[in-house]
Amino acid sequence: MTAEAIAPPVNSLAAPDRASQREITAEIGELHAALEQRERSGEAIPSTVIDFPAYRSSILRHPTKNLKLVDPETVELLSPAFGQRDVGAVESDLTIQHAGEPLGERLTVRGRLTDSWGRPVPNQLIEIWQANSAGRYIHQRDQHPAPLDPNFTGAGRAITDDAGEYAFTTIKPGPYPWKNHVNAWRPAHIHFSVFGSSFTQRLVTQMYFPGDPLFALDPIFNTIWRQKDRDALIGVYDHDLTSEEWATGYRFDIVVDGPDATWFENEGE
Amino acid sequence: MTVPPRTHRATPGQTVGPFFAYGVEFDRMHQVVDPYAPGAVLLGGTIRDGAGAPVPDAFVEIFGADSDGRVPQARGAFRRDDHTFTGFGRAFTNEDGRYEFFTRNPGAPIGRAAFFAAIVYARGLPDRLHTRIYLPDDSAALAADTFLSSLVPEERATLVATRTPEGHLSHDISLQGERETVFLAF
Ligand SMILES: [Fe+2]
Repeated sequence: MTAEAIAPPVNSLAAPDRASQREITAEIGELHAALEQRERSGEAIPSTVIDFPAYRSSILRHPTKNLKLVDPETVELLSPAFGQRDVGAVESDLTIQHAGEPLGERLTVRGRLTDSWGRPVPNQLIEIWQANSAGRYIHQRDQHPAPLDPNFTGAGRAITDDAGEYAFTTIKPGPYPWKNHVNAWRPAHIHFSVFGSSFTQRLVTQMYFPGDPLFALDPIFNTIWRQKDRDALIGVYDHDLTSEEWATGYRFDIVVDGPDATWFENEGE
Repeated sequence: MTVPPRTHRATPGQTVGPFFAYGVEFDRMHQVVDPYAPGAVLLGGTIRDGAGAPVPDAFVEIFGADSDGRVPQARGAFRRDDHTFTGFGRAFTNEDGRYEFFTRNPGAPIGRAAFFAAIVYARGLPDRLHTRIYLPDDSAALAADTFLSSLVPEERATLVATRTPEGHLSHDISLQGERETVFLAF
Protein backbone atom coordinates (compact mmCIF):
# COMPACT_ATOMS: atom_id res chain seq x y z
CA MET A 1 0.00 0.00 0.00
CA THR A 2 1.36 3.43 -0.87
CA ALA A 3 1.70 6.22 1.64
CA GLU A 4 -0.88 8.14 -0.31
CA ALA A 5 -3.43 5.40 0.07
CA ILE A 6 -3.13 5.25 3.85
CA ALA A 7 -3.01 9.01 4.45
CA PRO A 8 -6.17 10.20 6.19
CA PRO A 9 -8.58 11.77 3.68
CA VAL A 10 -8.61 15.55 3.57
CA ASN A 11 -12.12 16.46 4.45
CA SER A 12 -13.35 20.02 4.30
CA LEU A 13 -16.51 18.99 6.13
CA ALA A 14 -14.69 18.54 9.44
CA ALA A 15 -15.44 21.03 12.21
CA PRO A 16 -12.17 22.49 13.53
CA ASP A 17 -12.92 22.39 17.26
CA ARG A 18 -13.29 18.60 17.51
CA ALA A 19 -15.73 18.69 20.40
CA SER A 20 -16.59 15.49 22.22
CA GLN A 21 -20.01 13.85 22.07
CA ARG A 22 -20.45 14.71 25.73
CA GLU A 23 -19.92 18.40 24.97
CA ILE A 24 -22.26 18.33 21.97
CA THR A 25 -24.98 16.53 23.93
CA ALA A 26 -24.66 19.15 26.69
CA GLU A 27 -24.90 21.95 24.11
CA ILE A 28 -28.05 20.40 22.64
CA GLY A 29 -29.60 20.27 26.12
CA GLU A 30 -28.72 23.88 26.83
CA LEU A 31 -30.03 25.07 23.47
CA HIS A 32 -33.32 23.24 23.97
CA ALA A 33 -33.70 24.63 27.51
CA ALA A 34 -33.05 28.17 26.28
CA LEU A 35 -35.62 27.78 23.49
CA GLU A 36 -38.22 26.48 25.94
CA GLN A 37 -37.56 29.48 28.13
CA ARG A 38 -38.01 31.88 25.20
CA GLU A 39 -41.25 30.19 24.20
CA ARG A 40 -42.54 30.40 27.78
CA SER A 41 -41.92 34.13 27.71
CA GLY A 42 -44.16 34.43 24.68
CA GLU A 43 -41.82 34.27 21.71
CA ALA A 44 -43.02 32.37 18.63
CA ILE A 45 -40.27 29.94 17.69
CA PRO A 46 -40.35 27.85 14.50
CA SER A 47 -40.20 24.05 14.63
CA THR A 48 -36.70 23.98 13.15
CA VAL A 49 -34.24 26.51 14.54
CA ILE A 50 -31.64 27.70 12.08
CA ASP A 51 -29.40 29.16 14.79
CA PHE A 52 -28.20 25.90 16.33
CA PRO A 53 -24.41 25.98 16.88
CA ALA A 54 -24.21 22.35 18.04
CA TYR A 55 -24.56 21.72 14.28
CA ARG A 56 -21.15 23.24 13.60
CA SER A 57 -21.41 23.89 9.87
CA SER A 58 -24.53 26.00 10.50
CA ILE A 59 -22.60 28.61 12.46
CA LEU A 60 -21.64 30.73 9.44
CA ARG A 61 -24.51 29.62 7.24
CA HIS A 62 -27.68 30.72 9.00
CA PRO A 63 -29.19 34.20 8.72
CA THR A 64 -29.01 36.16 11.96
CA LYS A 65 -31.80 38.61 11.13
CA ASN A 66 -35.45 37.75 11.56
CA LEU A 67 -37.28 36.47 8.52
CA LYS A 68 -39.44 39.24 7.01
CA LEU A 69 -43.13 38.49 6.97
CA VAL A 70 -44.57 39.10 3.50
CA ASP A 71 -47.92 38.61 1.77
CA PRO A 72 -47.44 35.85 -0.79
CA GLU A 73 -48.06 36.78 -4.42
CA THR A 74 -49.50 34.56 -7.14
CA VAL A 75 -46.24 32.87 -8.12
CA GLU A 76 -45.63 31.95 -4.48
CA LEU A 77 -49.15 30.64 -3.96
CA LEU A 78 -48.95 28.36 -6.95
CA SER A 79 -46.41 25.58 -7.36
CA PRO A 80 -44.36 23.97 -10.07
CA ALA A 81 -46.82 21.38 -11.36
CA PHE A 82 -46.22 17.70 -11.83
CA GLY A 83 -48.17 14.77 -13.16
CA GLN A 84 -48.08 10.98 -13.19
CA ARG A 85 -46.21 11.07 -16.50
CA ASP A 86 -43.27 12.93 -15.03
CA VAL A 87 -41.91 9.99 -13.08
CA GLY A 88 -41.50 6.44 -14.30
CA ALA A 89 -42.88 3.64 -12.13
CA VAL A 90 -39.39 2.18 -11.63
CA GLU A 91 -38.19 5.43 -10.07
CA SER A 92 -40.11 4.73 -6.87
CA ASP A 93 -38.44 1.33 -6.47
CA LEU A 94 -34.83 1.84 -5.42
CA THR A 95 -34.21 -1.91 -5.38
CA ILE A 96 -34.63 -2.53 -9.13
CA GLN A 97 -32.41 0.15 -10.61
CA HIS A 98 -29.47 -2.20 -11.24
CA ALA A 99 -28.78 -5.70 -12.53
CA GLY A 100 -28.95 -7.27 -9.07
CA GLU A 101 -30.71 -6.66 -5.77
CA PRO A 102 -29.13 -4.34 -3.21
CA LEU A 103 -28.05 -5.77 0.12
CA GLY A 104 -30.04 -4.78 3.18
CA GLU A 105 -33.43 -4.90 4.81
CA ARG A 106 -36.09 -4.34 2.11
CA LEU A 107 -38.68 -1.72 3.07
CA THR A 108 -41.92 -0.24 1.89
CA VAL A 109 -42.28 3.41 2.88
CA ARG A 110 -45.76 4.73 2.29
CA GLY A 111 -47.52 7.86 3.41
CA ARG A 112 -49.96 10.61 2.64
CA LEU A 113 -49.11 14.17 1.72
CA THR A 114 -51.62 16.67 3.09
CA ASP A 115 -51.79 20.36 3.91
CA SER A 116 -52.35 21.74 7.40
CA TRP A 117 -56.09 21.33 7.00
CA GLY A 118 -55.70 17.63 6.26
CA ARG A 119 -56.55 18.00 2.59
CA PRO A 120 -54.61 15.60 0.35
CA VAL A 121 -52.05 17.11 -2.02
CA PRO A 122 -52.36 15.07 -5.24
CA ASN A 123 -50.03 15.00 -8.26
CA GLN A 124 -47.02 16.42 -6.52
CA LEU A 125 -43.44 15.34 -6.56
CA ILE A 126 -41.56 13.60 -3.75
CA GLU A 127 -37.83 13.00 -4.18
CA ILE A 128 -35.79 10.83 -1.80
CA TRP A 129 -32.11 10.05 -1.39
CA GLN A 130 -30.30 7.92 1.16
CA ALA A 131 -27.20 5.96 2.14
CA ASN A 132 -26.97 2.25 1.42
CA SER A 133 -27.38 -0.43 4.09
CA ALA A 134 -23.74 0.04 5.14
CA GLY A 135 -24.23 3.78 5.70
CA ARG A 136 -22.42 4.89 2.55
CA TYR A 137 -23.69 7.44 0.02
CA ILE A 138 -22.82 7.10 -3.63
CA HIS A 139 -21.85 10.80 -3.57
CA GLN A 140 -18.14 11.18 -4.33
CA ARG A 141 -17.51 13.35 -1.28
CA ASP A 142 -18.70 10.63 1.07
CA GLN A 143 -15.47 9.19 2.44
CA HIS A 144 -16.91 6.84 5.04
CA PRO A 145 -14.85 3.66 4.54
CA ALA A 146 -17.91 1.43 4.24
CA PRO A 147 -18.62 -0.50 1.06
CA LEU A 148 -20.53 0.89 -1.88
CA ASP A 149 -23.23 -1.44 -3.16
CA PRO A 150 -23.05 -1.89 -6.93
CA ASN A 151 -26.79 -2.57 -6.91
CA PHE A 152 -27.86 0.52 -5.03
CA THR A 153 -27.82 4.17 -6.02
CA GLY A 154 -30.17 5.45 -3.33
CA ALA A 155 -32.26 8.02 -5.21
CA GLY A 156 -35.97 7.80 -6.01
CA ARG A 157 -39.00 9.82 -7.06
CA ALA A 158 -42.74 9.40 -6.83
CA ILE A 159 -45.82 11.44 -7.69
CA THR A 160 -48.66 11.48 -5.14
CA ASP A 161 -51.94 9.94 -6.27
CA ASP A 162 -55.42 11.48 -6.01
CA ALA A 163 -55.51 10.73 -2.28
CA GLY A 164 -52.08 12.31 -1.76
CA GLU A 165 -50.54 8.87 -1.22
CA TYR A 166 -47.03 7.92 -2.27
CA ALA A 167 -44.98 4.75 -1.84
CA PHE A 168 -41.34 3.76 -2.21
CA THR A 169 -39.59 0.41 -2.11
CA THR A 170 -36.05 0.68 -0.81
CA ILE A 171 -33.66 -0.80 1.74
CA LYS A 172 -33.03 0.45 5.24
CA PRO A 173 -30.13 2.92 5.23
CA GLY A 174 -27.33 2.45 7.74
CA PRO A 175 -26.21 5.09 10.25
CA TYR A 176 -23.04 6.88 9.18
CA PRO A 177 -20.21 8.89 10.73
CA TRP A 178 -19.70 12.57 9.98
CA LYS A 179 -17.22 15.16 11.15
CA ASN A 180 -19.32 17.55 13.20
CA HIS A 181 -17.50 16.41 16.34
CA VAL A 182 -15.39 13.46 17.47
CA ASN A 183 -17.13 10.11 16.88
CA ALA A 184 -20.26 11.78 15.48
CA TRP A 185 -22.85 9.44 13.90
CA ARG A 186 -26.08 10.30 12.13
CA PRO A 187 -29.13 8.18 12.98
CA ALA A 188 -30.34 6.22 9.94
CA HIS A 189 -32.51 8.43 7.74
CA ILE A 190 -33.99 8.96 4.30
CA HIS A 191 -33.89 12.51 2.87
CA PHE A 192 -37.23 13.75 1.50
CA SER A 193 -37.87 16.70 -0.82
CA VAL A 194 -41.56 17.53 -1.19
CA PHE A 195 -43.59 19.92 -3.34
CA GLY A 196 -46.92 21.12 -1.97
CA SER A 197 -49.64 22.86 -3.92
CA SER A 198 -47.97 26.20 -3.21
CA PHE A 199 -44.29 27.17 -3.51
CA THR A 200 -44.55 28.50 0.05
CA GLN A 201 -45.16 24.89 1.17
CA ARG A 202 -41.88 23.56 -0.21
CA LEU A 203 -40.37 21.13 2.28
CA VAL A 204 -37.09 19.28 2.60
CA THR A 205 -36.82 16.96 5.56
CA GLN A 206 -35.54 13.58 6.77
CA MET A 207 -37.41 10.45 7.84
CA TYR A 208 -35.97 8.40 10.70
CA PHE A 209 -36.63 4.92 12.09
CA PRO A 210 -38.19 4.03 15.46
CA GLY A 211 -35.97 3.48 18.48
CA ASP A 212 -32.71 4.74 17.02
CA PRO A 213 -30.17 5.07 19.87
CA LEU A 214 -28.50 8.00 18.09
CA PHE A 215 -31.48 10.39 18.31
CA ALA A 216 -30.39 12.24 21.44
CA LEU A 217 -26.81 12.54 20.20
CA ASP A 218 -27.50 14.08 16.80
CA PRO A 219 -27.38 17.87 16.42
CA ILE A 220 -29.17 17.82 13.04
CA PHE A 221 -32.19 15.88 14.33
CA ASN A 222 -32.22 18.19 17.35
CA THR A 223 -32.36 21.40 15.31
CA ILE A 224 -36.03 20.45 15.71
CA TRP A 225 -36.22 21.43 19.31
CA ARG A 226 -39.64 20.12 20.40
CA GLN A 227 -40.00 16.43 21.11
CA LYS A 228 -43.42 16.23 19.42
CA ASP A 229 -41.99 17.73 16.21
CA ARG A 230 -39.04 15.34 16.23
CA ASP A 231 -41.45 12.46 16.74
CA ALA A 232 -43.24 13.49 13.53
CA LEU A 233 -40.10 12.64 11.56
CA ILE A 234 -39.97 9.05 12.78
CA GLY A 235 -41.59 6.58 10.42
CA VAL A 236 -44.18 4.36 12.10
CA TYR A 237 -43.83 0.60 11.73
CA ASP A 238 -47.07 -0.64 10.19
CA HIS A 239 -47.64 -4.37 10.01
CA ASP A 240 -50.46 -3.85 7.51
CA LEU A 241 -47.85 -2.38 5.16
CA THR A 242 -45.51 -5.29 5.73
CA SER A 243 -45.75 -7.80 2.90
CA GLU A 244 -45.36 -11.51 3.50
CA GLU A 245 -41.90 -12.89 2.69
CA TRP A 246 -40.95 -9.60 1.05
CA ALA A 247 -40.59 -6.30 2.95
CA THR A 248 -41.32 -4.58 6.23
CA GLY A 249 -43.54 -1.51 6.05
CA TYR A 250 -43.26 2.00 7.51
CA ARG A 251 -45.73 4.82 7.32
CA PHE A 252 -44.49 8.40 6.96
CA ASP A 253 -47.23 11.00 6.55
CA ILE A 254 -46.14 14.49 5.54
CA VAL A 255 -47.92 17.77 6.26
CA VAL A 256 -46.91 20.84 4.28
CA ASP A 257 -47.81 24.19 5.77
CA GLY A 258 -48.35 27.48 4.03
CA PRO A 259 -49.87 30.85 4.83
CA ASP A 260 -53.63 31.25 5.25
CA ALA A 261 -53.90 32.20 1.57
CA THR A 262 -53.05 28.61 0.60
CA TRP A 263 -56.37 27.54 2.09
CA PHE A 264 -58.28 29.52 -0.53
CA GLU A 265 -56.01 28.44 -3.38
CA ASN A 266 -56.91 24.83 -2.82
CA GLU A 267 -60.59 25.32 -2.14
CA GLY A 268 -61.20 26.36 -5.71
CA GLU A 269 -60.09 23.08 -7.22
CA MET B 1 -64.79 33.61 3.83
CA THR B 2 -62.61 32.96 6.85
CA VAL B 3 -59.84 30.44 7.10
CA PRO B 4 -60.69 27.53 9.41
CA PRO B 5 -58.19 26.53 12.10
CA ARG B 6 -55.39 24.19 11.06
CA THR B 7 -55.99 20.60 12.05
CA HIS B 8 -52.60 19.06 11.17
CA ARG B 9 -49.24 20.04 12.57
CA ALA B 10 -46.68 20.81 9.86
CA THR B 11 -43.84 18.37 9.28
CA PRO B 12 -40.66 20.22 10.27
CA GLY B 13 -37.88 20.82 7.76
CA GLN B 14 -34.32 19.57 7.94
CA THR B 15 -31.06 20.38 6.19
CA VAL B 16 -30.39 18.86 2.77
CA GLY B 17 -27.04 17.69 4.15
CA PRO B 18 -23.92 17.33 2.03
CA PHE B 19 -24.96 14.56 -0.36
CA PHE B 20 -28.10 15.88 -2.04
CA ALA B 21 -26.72 16.18 -5.58
CA TYR B 22 -27.60 12.74 -6.92
CA GLY B 23 -30.97 12.82 -5.15
CA VAL B 24 -32.38 16.01 -6.61
CA GLU B 25 -30.61 16.35 -9.96
CA PHE B 26 -32.63 16.29 -13.16
CA ASP B 27 -31.76 16.81 -16.78
CA ARG B 28 -30.98 20.42 -17.81
CA MET B 29 -32.43 21.53 -14.50
CA HIS B 30 -30.88 25.01 -14.58
CA GLN B 31 -32.03 25.60 -18.15
CA VAL B 32 -35.59 26.78 -17.67
CA VAL B 33 -35.19 27.81 -21.30
CA ASP B 34 -32.60 26.85 -23.86
CA PRO B 35 -29.62 29.23 -23.51
CA TYR B 36 -29.86 30.11 -27.21
CA ALA B 37 -33.61 30.62 -27.32
CA PRO B 38 -34.83 34.16 -28.07
CA GLY B 39 -35.43 36.06 -24.83
CA ALA B 40 -33.21 33.78 -22.75
CA VAL B 41 -31.45 35.58 -19.92
CA LEU B 42 -28.70 34.33 -17.66
CA LEU B 43 -29.54 34.74 -13.98
CA GLY B 44 -26.51 34.01 -11.82
CA GLY B 45 -24.61 34.91 -8.71
CA THR B 46 -22.56 33.71 -5.79
CA ILE B 47 -23.81 32.35 -2.48
CA ARG B 48 -21.63 33.35 0.46
CA ASP B 49 -21.50 32.50 4.14
CA GLY B 50 -21.04 34.82 7.12
CA ALA B 51 -17.27 34.99 6.55
CA GLY B 52 -17.76 35.95 2.91
CA ALA B 53 -16.61 32.52 1.73
CA PRO B 54 -18.42 30.97 -1.24
CA VAL B 55 -20.80 28.11 -0.41
CA PRO B 56 -20.04 25.27 -2.84
CA ASP B 57 -22.63 22.83 -1.51
CA ALA B 58 -25.87 24.77 -1.85
CA PHE B 59 -28.66 24.82 -4.38
CA VAL B 60 -31.21 27.37 -5.46
CA GLU B 61 -34.68 26.88 -6.88
CA ILE B 62 -36.55 29.53 -8.83
CA PHE B 63 -40.17 29.68 -9.86
CA GLY B 64 -41.15 32.54 -12.09
CA ALA B 65 -43.98 33.78 -14.24
CA ASP B 66 -43.63 33.82 -18.02
CA SER B 67 -42.78 37.13 -19.71
CA ASP B 68 -46.50 37.93 -19.96
CA GLY B 69 -46.91 37.57 -16.18
CA ARG B 70 -48.79 34.29 -16.38
CA VAL B 71 -47.62 31.65 -13.88
CA PRO B 72 -47.01 28.32 -15.65
CA GLN B 73 -49.28 25.54 -14.46
CA ALA B 74 -48.64 22.95 -17.15
CA ARG B 75 -47.76 19.64 -15.58
CA GLY B 76 -44.20 18.47 -15.97
CA ALA B 77 -42.09 21.12 -14.24
CA PHE B 78 -38.98 19.00 -14.93
CA ARG B 79 -39.73 18.84 -18.63
CA ARG B 80 -37.24 20.49 -20.95
CA ASP B 81 -38.90 20.04 -24.34
CA ASP B 82 -37.97 23.45 -25.77
CA HIS B 83 -41.56 24.61 -26.17
CA THR B 84 -43.17 24.30 -22.73
CA PHE B 85 -42.12 27.03 -20.29
CA THR B 86 -42.43 25.54 -16.80
CA GLY B 87 -40.94 28.49 -14.90
CA PHE B 88 -39.18 26.15 -12.50
CA GLY B 89 -35.45 25.60 -12.29
CA ARG B 90 -32.89 24.23 -9.87
CA ALA B 91 -29.17 25.03 -9.83
CA PHE B 92 -26.34 23.66 -7.71
CA THR B 93 -23.56 26.04 -6.73
CA ASN B 94 -20.15 25.15 -8.14
CA GLU B 95 -16.80 25.13 -6.31
CA ASP B 96 -16.83 28.95 -6.41
CA GLY B 97 -20.29 29.14 -4.84
CA ARG B 98 -21.78 30.27 -8.13
CA TYR B 99 -25.24 29.30 -9.39
CA GLU B 100 -26.62 29.98 -12.88
CA PHE B 101 -29.97 29.72 -14.61
CA PHE B 102 -31.08 30.35 -18.15
CA THR B 103 -34.64 31.59 -18.02
CA ARG B 104 -36.95 34.40 -19.12
CA ASN B 105 -37.57 37.75 -17.50
CA PRO B 106 -40.77 37.21 -15.53
CA GLY B 107 -43.61 39.59 -16.25
CA ALA B 108 -45.95 41.14 -13.69
CA PRO B 109 -49.37 42.80 -13.69
CA ILE B 110 -49.16 46.46 -14.82
CA GLY B 111 -47.55 48.62 -12.17
CA ARG B 112 -46.38 45.68 -10.09
CA ALA B 113 -42.74 44.73 -9.54
CA ALA B 114 -41.68 41.49 -11.25
CA PHE B 115 -39.66 38.90 -9.33
CA PHE B 116 -38.59 35.28 -9.22
CA ALA B 117 -39.65 33.34 -6.15
CA ALA B 118 -36.48 31.64 -4.92
CA ILE B 119 -35.53 29.07 -2.28
CA VAL B 120 -32.02 28.40 -0.98
CA TYR B 121 -30.85 25.06 0.47
CA ALA B 122 -27.37 24.16 1.73
CA ARG B 123 -25.36 21.80 3.84
CA GLY B 124 -25.21 23.54 7.22
CA LEU B 125 -28.52 25.31 6.73
CA PRO B 126 -30.98 23.59 9.09
CA ASP B 127 -34.02 24.56 6.99
CA ARG B 128 -34.67 26.02 3.55
CA LEU B 129 -34.87 29.78 3.08
CA HIS B 130 -37.38 31.62 0.92
CA THR B 131 -36.39 34.84 -0.80
CA ARG B 132 -37.25 36.88 -3.91
CA ILE B 133 -35.13 38.07 -6.81
CA TYR B 134 -36.69 41.25 -8.23
CA LEU B 135 -35.97 42.56 -11.73
CA PRO B 136 -34.22 45.94 -11.52
CA ASP B 137 -35.72 47.51 -14.64
CA ASP B 138 -39.03 49.08 -13.60
CA SER B 139 -37.99 51.56 -10.94
CA ALA B 140 -41.50 52.99 -10.56
CA ALA B 141 -42.92 49.54 -9.84
CA LEU B 142 -40.10 48.78 -7.41
CA ALA B 143 -40.72 52.07 -5.60
CA ALA B 144 -44.44 51.30 -5.38
CA ASP B 145 -43.94 47.80 -3.99
CA THR B 146 -45.28 47.80 -0.44
CA PHE B 147 -42.99 45.03 0.74
CA LEU B 148 -39.80 46.57 -0.67
CA SER B 149 -40.86 49.93 0.72
CA SER B 150 -41.05 48.45 4.20
CA LEU B 151 -37.32 47.64 4.08
CA VAL B 152 -34.32 49.89 4.67
CA PRO B 153 -32.29 50.56 1.48
CA GLU B 154 -29.52 48.09 2.41
CA GLU B 155 -32.04 45.29 2.91
CA ARG B 156 -33.92 46.19 -0.23
CA ALA B 157 -30.71 46.04 -2.27
CA THR B 158 -30.28 42.37 -1.34
CA LEU B 159 -33.53 41.49 -3.14
CA VAL B 160 -33.04 43.34 -6.43
CA ALA B 161 -30.85 41.85 -9.17
CA THR B 162 -28.42 43.88 -11.27
CA ARG B 163 -28.84 44.09 -15.05
CA THR B 164 -25.51 43.55 -16.81
CA PRO B 165 -24.63 45.35 -20.07
CA GLU B 166 -25.36 42.06 -21.90
CA GLY B 167 -28.90 42.08 -20.50
CA HIS B 168 -28.26 39.32 -17.99
CA LEU B 169 -29.16 39.30 -14.31
CA SER B 170 -26.58 39.18 -11.56
CA HIS B 171 -27.70 38.41 -8.03
CA ASP B 172 -25.53 37.35 -5.09
CA ILE B 173 -26.99 35.79 -1.96
CA SER B 174 -25.44 36.12 1.50
CA LEU B 175 -26.60 33.64 4.10
CA GLN B 176 -25.21 35.77 6.93
CA GLY B 177 -23.28 38.94 7.67
CA GLU B 178 -23.35 42.61 6.84
CA ARG B 179 -24.95 42.14 3.45
CA GLU B 180 -27.21 39.33 4.62
CA THR B 181 -29.96 38.66 2.08
CA VAL B 182 -33.50 39.30 3.24
CA PHE B 183 -35.23 35.95 3.71
CA LEU B 184 -38.97 35.58 3.95
CA ALA B 185 -41.71 34.13 6.08
CA PHE B 186 -45.25 33.94 4.70
FE1 LIG C 1 -27.92 12.00 5.09
